[in-house]
Order: sequence, then structure tokens, then C-alpha cells
Amino acid sequence: MSYTFDFSDLGVYTEVLVHGLVVTLGLTAASTAAGAVLGIVGAALASAGPRWVRGLIATYVELIRNTPFIVQLFFVFFGLPSLGVRLDEMQAALLAMTVNLTAYAIEIVRAGIDSVSRGQSQAASALGLTRTQAFLHVVLPQALATVFPALLSQVLIVMLGSAVVSQISVPDLTYAANFIQSRNFRSFESYIMITAIYLILAIILRRLMNVCGRSLFSGRRR
Amino acid sequence: MIEFSLWDIAFDLALAARWTILLSLIAFVCGGAVGLLLLVIRVSGNGWVALFVNLYVELFQGTPLLMQLFLVFFGLPLLGVEVSPWLAATVTLTLYTSAYLVEIWRGCVEAVPHGQWSAGASLGMRYPQQLRHIILPQALQVAVAPTVGFLVQVVKSTALTSIIGFVELTKTSSILTNATFRPFPIYGMVALLYFAMCFPLTWYARQLEKKQTARQR
Repeated sequence: MSYTFDFSDLGVYTEVLVHGLVVTLGLTAASTAAGAVLGIVGAALASAGPRWVRGLIATYVELIRNTPFIVQLFFVFFGLPSLGVRLDEMQAALLAMTVNLTAYAIEIVRAGIDSVSRGQSQAASALGLTRTQAFLHVVLPQALATVFPALLSQVLIVMLGSAVVSQISVPDLTYAANFIQSRNFRSFESYIMITAIYLILAIILRRLMNVCGRSLFSGRRR
Repeated sequence: MIEFSLWDIAFDLALAARWTILLSLIAFVCGGAVGLLLLVIRVSGNGWVALFVNLYVELFQGTPLLMQLFLVFFGLPLLGVEVSPWLAATVTLTLYTSAYLVEIWRGCVEAVPHGQWSAGASLGMRYPQQLRHIILPQALQVAVAPTVGFLVQVVKSTALTSIIGFVELTKTSSILTNATFRPFPIYGMVALLYFAMCFPLTWYARQLEKKQTARQR
């Protein structure tokens, strides 16, 4: 049996596609921003906080890293309402993505902090910096410069993983693919196109963030 | 109407976890085989073939696994191939796993000093012999820890096959939720079951890593 590809019918759905693209990128950007900040705070607490806080953070990180994202998403979207926390699908997706990314970010940034030699913070305190100042101005920039590539690939993983949020009817790119193929029955074509868009996004995002990383941390990389 | 006690639910979920484990094993074994094949042709250094492997890796690491599943599951039938959720899950996870493993293992092969290849050549070994007797045994020592770590990702990625109707742990939990309307305990238990499968692997990978750094010192 032979099959003829027909992409001509896809132009009609530009609006759905663009909307999906905006949602996917928006969710990724928002969860990246939140995840990066929370990850840094978490990593700081995990390496210098009181023992019970460290235990709590370690438990959180292990729990998230050892369960699939889709289960976390379903737990937030379907499970939390029975505790009285009712989220719409966008909020649930954003929360699940942030919670997921934060756990990985904590682990990555903590590894970065560990890699900065102890002499650096000792030198900072010799110059009269407080512990917080030493962390913010001396240790953290060096740690981030070291782990920036790892953080970047985690962001990409989160973006690609966000395809799953279509399952709770968030209108992202994958949702657009399902929508289009349910209208024109050209499933192969619409999935190929959306897959290509994801691939291009991943490539562009990696390039872009590499450039940003290089200019942000220029001269700090050891 | 059948009543489900929490015990029944836990029992059903534990049974369903068998399929998650089986699928993970299949994905790892088949993906490992394909990955090894790709590794051999990748490190052989032929320009075009190396480019092909790089594109393959880029393609599978740069697109969502869910899309790959959809393409295989909904796409192949149009080409006249009958595809069951089993087949689609196995094929997709094999390709996906191999793309990651070849990249992990390539790093390990490259960690072996280049002089080892030359030493093998100087003993009159040909390329396959060098690879088989000198390079791979050394690369293997480095490769075990990251490979076990990656297994965690394989187990977690099988959860996505629930979306194309493969009845494993995640799908079973959705079915049970629809029947009992108790999403909170069910998804909580599912998360714990996945944790029970993944955490030992994470822990073991970490032990291996520690042992390795200790050996290097």
C-alpha cells in the first residue's frame, strides 16, 4: 500500500498552531524563570541550611526525580482538588512543570556550589563580606557558570516534556497537532509538522541560550 | 457496581507495575542492542555514518517522546503497517533509548586515551579487535554508572505509553480513577510505586559513581 503525503491542508490551521506555540513557549519560559530562582534558593538551603531543611529538600528532590512527569501532572490536576486546591489546566501545568524543574535545578546548582573551591568563600570572608554577600557575589556566579550547560539541557527536557500537558487539555503545540488531525484526518502530516517545530525550537533555544550564557558568564568560566 | 477498597486498588496497581517493569526491560535491552550497533559505527569514524548517527541522536533527543509515539502509532498504519500499542511502545522506546545510550557510551569510549587504540594497532590488532578487546572493556568500567542512572529515565518514559493506550501503571491508575473517583490516593500510590522502582536504581548509580571517583583518586 502506498501513501501520498499532503501537507496542503495544514495552512488553514495557522492560528491554532501559533497559539499552541505561544502556550508551549510561555509555559517553558515561566517555569524556567520560577524554577531557576527556586532552584538557587533551594540549592543554597540544601548546602547551608539547618539539618531538617536539608532533609526536606533532599526528600523533595528524590521524590520528583524518581517519578514520571505525567504522574506529577495528574496528581496536581486530578488529585489536589480533593484537598480543596482547585487549579485550572494552565495553572496545573505551570505548577507541575515548575515543581519538576525546581527539583532538577536544585540538584544541578548544588553540584555547582560544591565545585567552587572552599578558598573562594574564605577569601570573601577575609575581605569582610558577610556569608550572604559571599554566596551571592562570589560563590553563586562561579557555580552558575560551571553548571549553566546542564541547566540549559534541563530546560530543553522540560520543554519537550511539556508535550504531556496536552493530556489535561492545555492548548499547547501537541494539543494543536491532535486538534488538526482530528479535523482533517491527516495524522501523519500534522504530527510530522509539529515534531519538526519542536525540533527547530529545541535547536534555536539551545543556540540562543548558549549565546546568552557565554555573554553572561564570560570570564567566569574556569 | 463493584466496590474497590484501597487494598484492592493497591493490589491492582502493583500488578500493573509488572507491565511497566517488563516494558522498561524490553526498551533497555533492545535500545541497548541498537545503541551498541550505532556506537560501533559511530566510533569507526567514517564521516557520513558519523553524521547519520549524530542526526539520529539530535532527532530523538530534540523532539518530545510523546510525538515520537504518536508518529509511530498513528503514522505507520497509514503506510499499511498494523500497529498495536505494544508494538508502537516497543519500537518507539527502543529508538528513544538507543539515541540516549549511544551518546552516553560514546562519551565513555572517548574517555579511553587514544594511545590505547594505537597500542592495539601496534600489536597487530585490527579495528574490531581493538574495539572488542581493548577499548570496550575499559569504556565499560566508566559506562556502568551513567547507564544505570539513565535506566531511571527509561522507567519514567514508559509512563507516556499510557497515552496511546498501553495498559501499564499510569494507564491503570487513570482507569481506576475513572471507576472510583479517588484520584488523590491513587495517583499518590502510583507515584510511590514509580519511586520504589526508580529510587533503587538512582541509589545504585550513585554508589557506583562514588566507587569510581574513589578508584580514580
